[in-house]
Amino acid sequence: MVGSYFPAQLTDWLTSGKTLFLTIHVLGVACFGYIVARRLVPLLRAERDPRFDRPLARLAKVGKFWLGQWKHPRYKTAGTLHILIFAGFILLATRAFTVLIVGVSATFVMPGLSGEAGRVYNVVTDYAATIVFLCMIVAVIRRLVFRPARYEVPARFGKAHKADAVFLLTLIAVLMVADSLFAAAKAAAQAQQGQPVESLAVLSLPWMLQIVFASSSLLTLRDVYFGAYLLHEVTFYFLLCYRPFGIQFHVETSLFNVYFAKLERGTLKPVKWGVSDEYLDQVKSFGVKTFEDFTWKHMLDFYSCADCGRCSDNCPANAVGRPLSPRFIGIKARDYAFQHYPMFGKASNGKALIGNIYSEDEIWSCTTCGACEEECPLLVEYIDKIVDLRRGMVDDGNVPQSLQKPLKALESRGNPYGKMEKKRADWANAKEFQQVCRVKTLGKNNAAETLYFVDSITSYDDRMQSIGRATAKILDHVGKNFGILGAAEQDSGHEVRRFGEELLFAALRNHNVDAIKASGVKRIVTADPHAFNALKHDYKDSPPVEHISQVIAREVKAGTIKFNAVENGNNVYTYHDPCYLGRHNQVYDDPRDVLDAIPGLKRVEMTRSRDRSFCCGGGGLMLFYEPKEEQRMGVKRVQMAVEAGANVIVTACPFCMVNMEDAIKVAGLEGKMTAIDLAELVDQQIVREGPKATSTLGGACGDSSLCKTSA
Amino acid sequence: MEILVCARRVPDTSENEIELNSAGNDIERDELVYSVNEADNYAVEEALQIAARVGGNVTVVTVGSEDDEEVLRREMAMGATHGVLITDDAFSGSDGRGIATVLKAFAQKGNYDLILTGVQAEDGAAQVGGVLAAMLDYPFASLLTSIEVLDGRKLKVSREIEGGNKEINEIDLPCVLSIQTGINEPRYVGMRGIRAVAAVPIPTFDASQLGVDPGTVGEAAAKVKRVDYFVPVLGKGAEMLHGSREENVERVLELVAAKGGLK
Repeated sequence: MVGSYFPAQLTDWLTSGKTLFLTIHVLGVACFGYIVARRLVPLLRAERDPRFDRPLARLAKVGKFWLGQWKHPRYKTAGTLHILIFAGFILLATRAFTVLIVGVSATFVMPGLSGEAGRVYNVVTDYAATIVFLCMIVAVIRRLVFRPARYEVPARFGKAHKADAVFLLTLIAVLMVADSLFAAAKAAAQAQQGQPVESLAVLSLPWMLQIVFASSSLLTLRDVYFGAYLLHEVTFYFLLCYRPFGIQFHVETSLFNVYFAKLERGTLKPVKWGVSDEYLDQVKSFGVKTFEDFTWKHMLDFYSCADCGRCSDNCPANAVGRPLSPRFIGIKARDYAFQHYPMFGKASNGKALIGNIYSEDEIWSCTTCGACEEECPLLVEYIDKIVDLRRGMVDDGNVPQSLQKPLKALESRGNPYGKMEKKRADWANAKEFQQVCRVKTLGKNNAAETLYFVDSITSYDDRMQSIGRATAKILDHVGKNFGILGAAEQDSGHEVRRFGEELLFAALRNHNVDAIKASGVKRIVTADPHAFNALKHDYKDSPPVEHISQVIAREVKAGTIKFNAVENGNNVYTYHDPCYLGRHNQVYDDPRDVLDAIPGLKRVEMTRSRDRSFCCGGGGLMLFYEPKEEQRMGVKRVQMAVEAGANVIVTACPFCMVNMEDAIKVAGLEGKMTAIDLAELVDQQIVREGPKATSTLGGACGDSSLCKTSA
Repeated sequence: MEILVCARRVPDTSENEIELNSAGNDIERDELVYSVNEADNYAVEEALQIAARVGGNVTVVTVGSEDDEEVLRREMAMGATHGVLITDDAFSGSDGRGIATVLKAFAQKGNYDLILTGVQAEDGAAQVGGVLAAMLDYPFASLLTSIEVLDGRKLKVSREIEGGNKEINEIDLPCVLSIQTGINEPRYVGMRGIRAVAAVPIPTFDASQLGVDPGTVGEAAAKVKRVDYFVPVLGKGAEMLHGSREENVERVLELVAAKGGLK
């Protein structure tokens, strides 16, 4: 119908309905405009969120994630279906608009689509409509028969969404049939009247329908033609106006959601955009307490969520039965918005979200591992929302008792364990270790190029001190002039910030930044990915930071570090990506390159590795939190290592080590599975010349009981 | 309801390594960090919750030195209406009765319906609440795990009995109650809350303002005097079980039963 052969009679067929069609057009567009305007109301009352910068970077995101559907193939079946449907919609958009206009201007031809171009476009869109139609049938069958688990709605989150999903899928199928019928009836009529027939794409839906109607009377064809048009128009507008009430709103919002998506990984949004740290004291209320405390972009996220369930399917908290399912963080907020910002009447805003739509445990359950955000095809943000909700709870004094003590200790002692500041460097001062490696504490008379930022757990935890000693020995081996801050170092505050205690974080950060500046170092190395992320993204004005795995990988390449072959060739190693090294900072290859450089080391990958790594259970304050869960994340993770055929888990984060070693015990795998830090392993395998080579002090045994070598 | 909570600042046992001083009569107090006595914090939270339910004000009072302002601010950040510091050189070295004498004088300056204390200070002897009640001639209920406000100036209070049972009592106002930890979940006080009350002036009273005779308080008047401080020798530590899982489970059950943990 986009083509140029337009029999006069066919034009008359539509002309009789012109007034009707025009009325539906006007009503449809007006309704849609009104609905969208109402949906924008909460966004206008929301917190500010400056996302209008860097248009090129944003367009690049649109190209990759929206037009390019980048995330979709991560789920093969659903992804393929979505890519086909999305491509179909993009192709059919022009055809749909043309059809709509034809109702009021029967001879309309879309500019640029007359002649040969139009014929090609018609063939392509005949197939597109057919493919979308088939996809709908497959999607409905998936929903009704195969029922992928991630679409189910647990009872605590409300009613199933299946009926709505099937209804919407059916409507799209109807739209495709109406479109095809419209084309088929026209072609059939043209053929019967001996006019030149627009060729329909062979085996497409219109082509088949044309065969069905080939021998129908012209009168019937007229009714079919008219009816198909009406059905198409009504379905089109119904869908347009119905989508903003459910998951298909993403058809309209996704483009904007991706364009305005967060650009920087690993960062957190400030308490309030546009308010610098010095003025934070003047902010009346911290964090998100009511719906209107969300930023407009976060509200757009709620509208855009397509309910595909990929976030929750990958969420470790959800996997172990914690009360958190990221999918419903969005869905519940969206339902709240729909209820409190109704289509007619006044908005009733200002209700507390915690205790109303979210539970405290739900919000504290998140380890901020980022698996949900990594998976989301629409780039919906979760961590910033969780942290904002926590900021609100902290501001109201609503913090679990289990977290209050470590927070208080961080405030008074600079570490969550309440240990004495002066003992922070004890790990390096053990006599036997000092004979092997002297670690200087930076100060007036002790300067260095490189700072080894140890952070609390490695400083104070008996087991993790071994990671500290291994790291120091590696830095020493590669000839780095390095030192530590000792008692002047405080906790990096990474989890303090992510648990919503922004001002305590700021105090820790300011203390550390001052100490780092005073030390005069040029760069920082750390073996703790949480400290790494804090120093890299949360601190300003501090020197560039590297994780020890990056240093090791570089030195291995340069030949400064050489490895002895592994002693036990039967061991099978697997590398567990720490969330704040991998997903949040994209360091995936360096640790693997290092492992692969160790002669004789057999390495396998777990199914969930790299950007799909499964969180060990969380670090920092998460170690103090007592979650409601059916199983430990670490236990699940250790079992994944067993499935991969590994018996040594290598990680590169002290918190992962805590969780892995605990999990090995809980899972009853002691003696069958060990965990070792990359730094410990490297220290153990490194080829040393002279006396250092013979020492096994300070690390690297893969068996915690053997690691307590300090005095 | 006007509620007075008596709170103390103590060395935080979870954040200090408590060691004897060289004289052996006290702990080494350099490098200690302090916080509000835990049970007192529960008492303040309980007072705030009662005031939120039935209305009224919560005043937190401490007897000590200027350093103790820190805990008053923390409790004010929690929501206490007033913080009051009672300080005088004459008070130093007071025993429990001496502190109770000072608190009694302060309590009588106000019109308090309810006086709460923590069940005991972490370095204390759980006596101030009881002595204070006796001095004021108020009824006293201790070790409370719940408080309910009834009509007609009465409270329904409960305390836990050894073995986990509960006893419920009615008590007339005004009264003194000592609060057990676990009665509630104290709210968190963040940096922000503390900063918000950092500049609020804290009224201070000394002996003469309270009309306390210096001869009845302080070290000279104390009838309970510390003569020694003793740190027990560490035991041999954990016993490791080295059997199979089943054997270990059996052994653990035996051990727990032997200590009276299983009935």
